[in-house]
Amino acid sequence: MTTETERQVYLDYSATTPVKEEVLAEMLPYFTSSFGNPSSLYTVGQKSKNAISRAREQVAALIGAEPTEVFFTSSGTEADNWAVIETAMWKRGKGRHIITTAIEHHALLHSCEYLEKEGFDVTYLHVDKDGFIDLDELKKQVRDDTTLISIMFANNEIGSIQPVAEIAEIAKARGVLFHTDAVQALGNVPIDVKALGVDMLSVSAHKIYGPKGVGALYIRKGVNLPTHIHGGGQESKKRAGTENLTGIVGFGKAAELSGQNLEHHAKTLLSLRTYFLERVQAEIPDIRINGSLENRLPGNLNITFKYIEGEAILLLLDMNGIAVSTGSACSSASLTPSHVLDAIGVPVEEIHGSIRFTIGDFTTKDDLDYTVEKLKAAVEKLRKISSVSKDSGF
Amino acid sequence: MSMYNDKVIEHFSNPHNAGDMENPDGEGVYGSPVCGDMMKIMIRVSEDDVITDAKFKTFGCGSAIASSSVATDMVIGKTVEEALAVTNQNVLDELGGLPAIKIHCSVLADHAIKSAIFDYAQKHGKTYKGLEGFDPNADEQDDHHGCDMEIHLPEKLSDL
Ligand SMILES: Cc1ncc(COP(=O)(O)O)c(C=O)c1O
Repeated sequence: MTTETERQVYLDYSATTPVKEEVLAEMLPYFTSSFGNPSSLYTVGQKSKNAISRAREQVAALIGAEPTEVFFTSSGTEADNWAVIETAMWKRGKGRHIITTAIEHHALLHSCEYLEKEGFDVTYLHVDKDGFIDLDELKKQVRDDTTLISIMFANNEIGSIQPVAEIAEIAKARGVLFHTDAVQALGNVPIDVKALGVDMLSVSAHKIYGPKGVGALYIRKGVNLPTHIHGGGQESKKRAGTENLTGIVGFGKAAELSGQNLEHHAKTLLSLRTYFLERVQAEIPDIRINGSLENRLPGNLNITFKYIEGEAILLLLDMNGIAVSTGSACSSASLTPSHVLDAIGVPVEEIHGSIRFTIGDFTTKDDLDYTVEKLKAAVEKLRKISSVSKDSGF
Repeated sequence: MSMYNDKVIEHFSNPHNAGDMENPDGEGVYGSPVCGDMMKIMIRVSEDDVITDAKFKTFGCGSAIASSSVATDMVIGKTVEEALAVTNQNVLDELGGLPAIKIHCSVLADHAIKSAIFDYAQKHGKTYKGLEGFDPNADEQDDHHGCDMEIHLPEKLSDL
């Protein structure tokens, strides 16, 4: 990229986060000096085993679980696949119906698609213009042959936070298992699996300043979810394979820091977001805020800049060292625009002009001021050469 | 590191011939905002059938803007017949290639130019061999990427 500036502003914390120094420091010894296989009986192996136990406690503490209820995986995606596919297969004697939403991550949607091919019936709940499901609608959709409800805790594109406790209650009343994808919620919203009453919950390290390629599935004690990867005795024989020792250690440390930091983190991000949004609203005309500002992840903003296209905005920002995402079809491999923005009723031509900004722990007010300036210039420049305008309309 | 080459990035960041033209001799629009790209081309044609100026306005992604810039550059100074002979492949070659997924963007450029010339020919009672069988209002779904509006399972943002 022909970068015109040295300045780098990362505003895509929902895509992934940098590993924090403290997390990296915790991980490093386990690459070299303390590299033993956690299954080995000698000292260096046992040291690794202890490190994993500690990480399990750290992750469990962040979500209010018992350590024995936390199973490490290779990613949030794997945790989602495990929960959904194995539950469906396990319970197919009782029924073949699953309920999810239209705005899930592909880790969930594509798992459901796979199940549909295998003869399962999947109901995709609609969401309202703010991105929330309707609890009455959920109640209505539960059938005698429903075995699983899987509804994401917080959405990755528009940040909408679902009423998880209420969903869990509905599921419990009907004897249906409830899984939630909490990959985006973790570290941003307090999570207490016991208080919420969820049966399964997916998380991932790289969204909370931990390393990529490690996640976990919480499985409530008493839910005997079948083994996902067959092999050795790791993860209580449910998810075999020599553990990603460094990754798990990093996840543990990241979870610990996240727990200590949560309140401050959420408050800071929200105030930065409010500041940024107020400036954008005051200084850039013809925008649309996608999704509700209530019950939303603190660092998430999704804005459509009308009459122009998102990938072009993204490129101009990138040239100024600013990293953001877009829901435009132009940036997608399949040339179809965001299914989430479509589900909340954003007109397609306005989905093409949507940009997601996600603020994180290293974002400063100065970064946001810089971004507003560059964004203003980019939007003006593109509107000047656009074949669509406020006067012409779409 | 961009998905685009330097030439595309250069034409995108400093597009040539962008803007309006007063009383153009011909004007053509192709694509639609719903599909994510819409290109408008305006041309000025001299007595002796030479395109002396061309301007564009484009709603679209980086490659759509870059191909508008390159395509207008290419037709300026050409006779109308020569301009009609410009193909998508010529635009693509001039750009030094686009990622496969983006190729439809240059398809817009050649169609928009043809539409502008069609408009000029109609207004001035002219006929051109290169316009034979050309219908500016032909169903767009038939001749470019098909912008089918069924929304299903996008990639990228939805994966993050
Ligand atoms: C909501 C949601 N679920 C699942 C995932 C997948 O997690 P991972 O990247 O660890 O596979 C992501 C992010 O990529 C996400 O945002």
